Amino acid sequence: MFACIHNPGADLSAIAESFSPSFEQTAPGTIVFRIDGLSRLYGTHHQIAQAIAKKAGAGANVAIAETADAAIIAAHNFQGVSISPNLDQLDIASLPMEQEMWEVLETWGIHTLSQLAALPEAGIAERFGPAGVHLQRLARGATNRPLKIFKPEVIYEDRIQLDHPVSLLEPLLFLIARILNDQCDKLLSHAMSANEITIHLELDDKTQHIRTLRLPVPMRESKSLLKLLQMDLEAHPPQAATMALSIILKPVHPRTIQAGIFLPITPAPDKLELTLARIRAIVGEANVGIPELLNTHHPHPFRLINQQPRITSHQPPATSHAFRFFRPPITAKIDLTHHRPTHITAPGINGKILTATGPWRTSGDWWTTHQWNRDEWDITLSTSVLYRIYREPNDHWFIEGTYD
Amino acid sequence: MNPNAARITAPGFRPETLRATRPRETLATGLASLDAIIDGFPRGAISEIIGPESSGRTTLIHSLLAASTSNLEICAYVDTCNSFDPVSAAAAGVALSQLVWIRCGSNASHALKAADYLLHAGGFGAVVLDLCQIAPRDANRIPVSYWYRFRLALENTPTILALVEKHPLAKSCATLMLEMNRKKTTWAGAPGFELLREVELEATPRKPIRPIPASFKAKALG
Repeated sequence: MFACIHNPGADLSAIAESFSPSFEQTAPGTIVFRIDGLSRLYGTHHQIAQAIAKKAGAGANVAIAETADAAIIAAHNFQGVSISPNLDQLDIASLPMEQEMWEVLETWGIHTLSQLAALPEAGIAERFGPAGVHLQRLARGATNRPLKIFKPEVIYEDRIQLDHPVSLLEPLLFLIARILNDQCDKLLSHAMSANEITIHLELDDKTQHIRTLRLPVPMRESKSLLKLLQMDLEAHPPQAATMALSIILKPVHPRTIQAGIFLPITPAPDKLELTLARIRAIVGEANVGIPELLNTHHPHPFRLINQQPRITSHQPPATSHAFRFFRPPITAKIDLTHHRPTHITAPGINGKILTATGPWRTSGDWWTTHQWNRDEWDITLSTSVLYRIYREPNDHWFIEGTYD
Repeated sequence: MNPNAARITAPGFRPETLRATRPRETLATGLASLDAIIDGFPRGAISEIIGPESSGRTTLIHSLLAASTSNLEICAYVDTCNSFDPVSAAAAGVALSQLVWIRCGSNASHALKAADYLLHAGGFGAVVLDLCQIAPRDANRIPVSYWYRFRLALENTPTILALVEKHPLAKSCATLMLEMNRKKTTWAGAPGFELLREVELEATPRKPIRPIPASFKAKALG
């Protein structure tokens, strides 16, 4: 037997918890739970219902029925306490159905649950599909499903208020480690990981220093998270001493992957993230990532994205002549004969041009403020080095790089 | 020699037998002529690719990265002077999503530290340390201890550390050293309207020494 409490706008979880440790919150203001074990405490079904109604207070409907769905329908449609009520004469609108289905049933002259229950199941399935069959089973009180047990949302947050301001990072890290150890244990006990970590530092000058790290892979190792926070705070230190700190972890389900016994070893995601964070601390955040090609004819059709590498489908290797960029391009002085380059002078590069092919005129983005327009040449010097040079519309020459 | 001195080694002991003698694993580059000579790049060791500008060093490195990424491995490119071109790498078959690109802003010290972190993290198929465009003065200032450290970090791992440079730097720490040279450049089209079509490159193994160089052709980007 099941009991349902319906009281829109009331928080019923505390009331339900006083009767059963596991209950379903069907909707805000509707809770259903089993009452099979309560008879030894309260007595008959009527006495159980009275006890629930007493705790739920005035305005709450309490219904006891054979199935969870029947109890929910009864609690929504009968005022006060009802024990195994007769649902036959209830309107079909009391069932959770779409407007279209309700209109069709109305045209058939089906108004009550008993009329719906009497229809042939094969015909209902043919006309309405599985949704119609489910509604008919609800009308017959023939559904028997397990409860979807309510789990309160767990917040992975902790705060420490300090007696004295802390200005150095190292003592602050001890406090951060304390919070992280607790929160990571909590994550582990709930089989969760975190993909975002936010630290709020309340500073001595009444300001706040907030840093958020978005992790490319879910993690729950406190040591790794502590190291990442340490490197981030070293790169972005607070401007004053800390008076209080709080850490919030955003929980997500951990990543599960099937490792193949014959697949090559790849870096562990959390270890790789830590390694890349260490490298970012040296070379700068914008200089580490994976290259991504852009769909454009721009001379530099790629960007560096801050992401972990991932295995993708690959194209077959093909021997293609590589190019190396000079970043930034080297300014050069070019001598022309009959509009063709014949001699180049640049820092560290000087010589007669033996072969020059071009100009290959390219332009683009003229509809934006980042317009580009240039004439490219491929040249070979007397030193047998192959360069790509280009001229901008203002007659300035640059060496873009070498073919290597 | 005092005959009464205690023996610290058993008779017939040979120190060289302490080292494991199993054959070293290699990664074939996909360049048939080169693989026939050197049997691929040795794993768990340092390989050096040397040569002047436009000699094909980067082309060979792209082939190595393409072979490694097609083997479903994760690779890293430590780009000392920000010279890496993802377009030509993708054309050579490098799966860019499997490549970590680290730009070091012409700072060799940063590049060496980054390579050190990567090698100690482990799990990479190939790590390329590109030192082609650093000044010779800076190259000569790199402490030799770095190469010993890298060799030790690589031991018994499947990672290939490929150094690309003008002149040898790791020297005795390297297991493989290839000297690159461009043999021939082919231009297509009528005079005055030529287009770079392909180059013929030559890789000469300097360590271990092989008398015959390997030649292969590389098509120019379309």
